[in-house]
Amino acid sequence: MAEKKLMKGNEAFATSAIHAGCRYYFGYPITPQNEVPEFMSRELAKAGGYFIQAESELGAINMAYGAAAAGGRVLLSTSSPGIALMQENLSLLSSVELPIVLVSVMRGGPGIGSIQPGQADYNQATKGGGNGDYHTIVFAPASIQEAVDMIYKGFDVADEYRNPVMVCADGMIGQMMEPVVLPPEKAPLAEEEIGNVKPWALTGHKEKRERNAINSVWLQQELLEEYIEQYWPKYVKAENELQDWEAINVENCETLFVAYGSVSRVVKEAMADLEKEGHNVGLIRLKTLWPFPHKAFELIGDNCKNVICCELSMGQMMKDVEAEVKGKYPVHLINRVGGMLLDPVEVVERTKKILEVK
Amino acid sequence: MAGKRIFIAGFGGQGVLLIGQMLSYAAMFEDKEVSWMPSYGPEMRGGTANCTVNISDQPIASPLVTKCDVLIAMNGPSLDKFEGMLEPGGDLFINSSIISQKATRDDVNVHYVDCQHLAEVEVGNGKTQNMVMLGAIINATKVVNIDTMQKVFEKVFTGKKAALIPKNMEALNVWKPSMDA
Repeated sequence: MAEKKLMKGNEAFATSAIHAGCRYYFGYPITPQNEVPEFMSRELAKAGGYFIQAESELGAINMAYGAAAAGGRVLLSTSSPGIALMQENLSLLSSVELPIVLVSVMRGGPGIGSIQPGQADYNQATKGGGNGDYHTIVFAPASIQEAVDMIYKGFDVADEYRNPVMVCADGMIGQMMEPVVLPPEKAPLAEEEIGNVKPWALTGHKEKRERNAINSVWLQQELLEEYIEQYWPKYVKAENELQDWEAINVENCETLFVAYGSVSRVVKEAMADLEKEGHNVGLIRLKTLWPFPHKAFELIGDNCKNVICCELSMGQMMKDVEAEVKGKYPVHLINRVGGMLLDPVEVVERTKKILEVK
Repeated sequence: MAGKRIFIAGFGGQGVLLIGQMLSYAAMFEDKEVSWMPSYGPEMRGGTANCTVNISDQPIASPLVTKCDVLIAMNGPSLDKFEGMLEPGGDLFINSSIISQKATRDDVNVHYVDCQHLAEVEVGNGKTQNMVMLGAIINATKVVNIDTMQKVFEKVFTGKKAALIPKNMEALNVWKPSMDA
């Protein structure tokens, strides 16, 4: 078995990207993800890659556009307000089908907000703020190991779907240390291979093939409609194939929790306490935020009486859960916001209050 | 949960985060589940620092704690602020070199550790105060095996720094349970 290493989340994210063959990183500092650019500035060149501190988040994602267009594997990382600044270009990257992996280490919002962990960017990640018909594929890790695995796999998913992939961690997962087993190191594509594996990449035609063009503007609307209809099936495929979740006692439980990311760990501890007091609880933990794991909700059994969403937002995920259960069960919210955190004791107390009132 | 929730607090620069990291490494080498979580924020040099370490045989659910089984106060304000977090029957370590007040709890095991004196006089190196405290934690609670620390130091102190290992191992063993009396 590969060696376990004790790593800080942010450093593990960056290492995982390098192991996945990423050789381009563009970033701009923002707490709580600063260890990612710090690590990359030190380590990426040693792996033969390129680190550039951009002048802004907008600069960083535009540099990513260039590197991805040339066929490279690119990592970006930022935190909530930084994602806001990148939204225009997530639309742009999607419109020209360029793969990148973007780590969002979420903090308290809105606005510049706080620097403590948050989840109020659920809508930002899953609904997007860019214009037009596109989706960002969004993974939500609950541990450093899972984040490492999702980033590693994320590069393959991004390449397969030719689309931006976002990994939504939060300040807790970014800042904490846990033992982690790193995935094997993959070499990046050799320059002469890029044209074969990514025939759309701008590698220079050398008069041996038609020239490639990556272009986001369509002045003839008929052609744009045709183009959108041609790439849209990949989102249908993603919805079918990428949904991912963890289910605990979903079939039998009376009280079903729904959570993701670091909050799901708090919920698991609360569940253990509730079980000791005789409550029949279950959990759906979202591992993908887009596509939303609809299939998990088909597992809910006849015992279910209440669905409780635990999240660090005013109920952004809960809206998707409500849409999913279609009024079959009452849906409740246990939340903290602004960078404040839920703890297991609070989840237990608020759960009991919800179950009593009913 | 079968395990220990350890909370370490003090001034920035006292090695609070390092003590936690060393414990985490040791737990990992012993194939235990472990998480280390620092406080972070608009911190400054000389400001407060704290971290939480969870060590368990089970996967760690929440890396944050509201109650702890082991509390280490490296300075007075930390003792005042966090003493109430400790579970009855838990272990409280007080850096008595700079904390003159006594514990107010009588339902916990209190260990007064004179880190500065032990480091400067017994080890002969004032920089090892945090390792003196780490040794006290390990020797009193047995949360990890003291022998594992040799392995941890070999991992952390490499190259020229390897020469520091014997002094640090010495520092781990200067506090004795008999000093609680």
